[in-house]
Amino acid sequence: MKKTWIVLAVIAVVILIIYSSFKGTYNTMVSKDESVNAAWAQVENVYQRRADLIPNLVNTVKGYASHERETLESVIEARSKATSVNVNPENLNEQSLQQFQQAQSGLSSALSRLMVVVERYPDLKANQNFLDLQAQLEGTENRIAVERRKFNESARSFNTYIRSFPKNMYANMFGFEKKAYFEAEQGAEKAPEVSFE
Amino acid sequence: MLKKITIILALFISLSSFAQDIPERPNPPQLVNDMADVLSNGQEQQLEMELEQFARETSNQIAIVTVPDLGGYPASEFAFRLGEEWGVGQKDKGNGVVVLFKPKTSDSKGQVFVAVGYGLEGAIPDAVANRDIVDYEMIPHFKQGDVYGGLHAGTQVIKSLAKGEFSAAEYHEKASGGGGGGLGVIIFLFVIFFFVVPILRGRKRYYGATSRGSSLPFWLLMGGMMGSGRSHGGSFGNFSSGGGGFGGFGGGGFGGGGAGGSW
Repeated sequence: MKKTWIVLAVIAVVILIIYSSFKGTYNTMVSKDESVNAAWAQVENVYQRRADLIPNLVNTVKGYASHERETLESVIEARSKATSVNVNPENLNEQSLQQFQQAQSGLSSALSRLMVVVERYPDLKANQNFLDLQAQLEGTENRIAVERRKFNESARSFNTYIRSFPKNMYANMFGFEKKAYFEAEQGAEKAPEVSFE
Repeated sequence: MLKKITIILALFISLSSFAQDIPERPNPPQLVNDMADVLSNGQEQQLEMELEQFARETSNQIAIVTVPDLGGYPASEFAFRLGEEWGVGQKDKGNGVVVLFKPKTSDSKGQVFVAVGYGLEGAIPDAVANRDIVDYEMIPHFKQGDVYGGLHAGTQVIKSLAKGEFSAAEYHEKASGGGGGGLGVIIFLFVIFFFVVPILRGRKRYYGATSRGSSLPFWLLMGGMMGSGRSHGGSFGNFSSGGGGFGGFGGGGFGGGGAGGSW
């Protein structure tokens, strides 16, 4: 009679331990997942900020360099392409992130071509409105770099958490998937080649 | 073989040093950190005093950092990382500013970057940081070799812009906010129980002078509580720890706001 009580108590304690470990792990996964989502929202936010600057920038440049039609149009086109690609934070896998990044870097390169063209127009470069826009654009690029880094950090923290044993089993059960990272832009941050021969 | 090993070792050493290039948070905390040694002691103290006073009055923290080189980072990234690592500004406000200065040398340009914390991006937009602070105030001085003049003029503009955003009173209020809220509820309950309820009941029943007299000590008690609560909140909010020091960085965040320039 006493024995059964002991066995029952042991079972109850074991169940309690399992439950609390499940609960703690699951809740941490949820909060880490949420912080990745928040970081992603910030990333989209700063990219949107850049897209919002462009109409103003294009109009200002147009006033001084109207026959650079091709460059201006390519910026507008790249902008509409970039704003059309949206990624649902629930679906941050490598493919969707790569698509997003491709569209955005198309806009980056169109913008940098525009900035090269602008060098030929000293009047435009002396325009205060243009200088302000340029400062805002630079600031936005800085913000993009910062938010991408923060996103990668929170994604890395989430991935490390869900992939270590035994949490990887829980993560599988609850359907948490690994988040993708932002890759460095092509050419930037490329490691120098070292040849040993 | 030996050559390979030395190359690999050199690579490791260079990699590890690359990761540690952001200088560590100063201890004891100070707002002016002249690591490139471009300011005289007197100038350093003058700036430190002004910035500490500003931090005490408004809770905004402006840190000046001069470095001999940027360790391979762009000036902007160096400033953001440093601001984040040191935690310049209050955590809940992000009201920190980092002024990063790298002197001009024979083979590199001088660089300055004003990194603006999350909470001050509205008060100091990038275009303003670029034009009014860096281009108009700082670089003309730096070009003449007057580092102190440039930093002083620049921080003067930052102060006037940031002042409106957060005031020290607001900060103190917030710092003691938890207790103040609780106190408010207690006061409300006191008022209900000892003022409103008797009045309502008094319409039905007559209350003698004795009951009114007995409620008086409660009012006195409440006054005493309010007094003690105030002074407690004040000492908690006063993060400058006594006579004119700087209590430390508050953990503010940086999101990439600000602007810089070179000469």
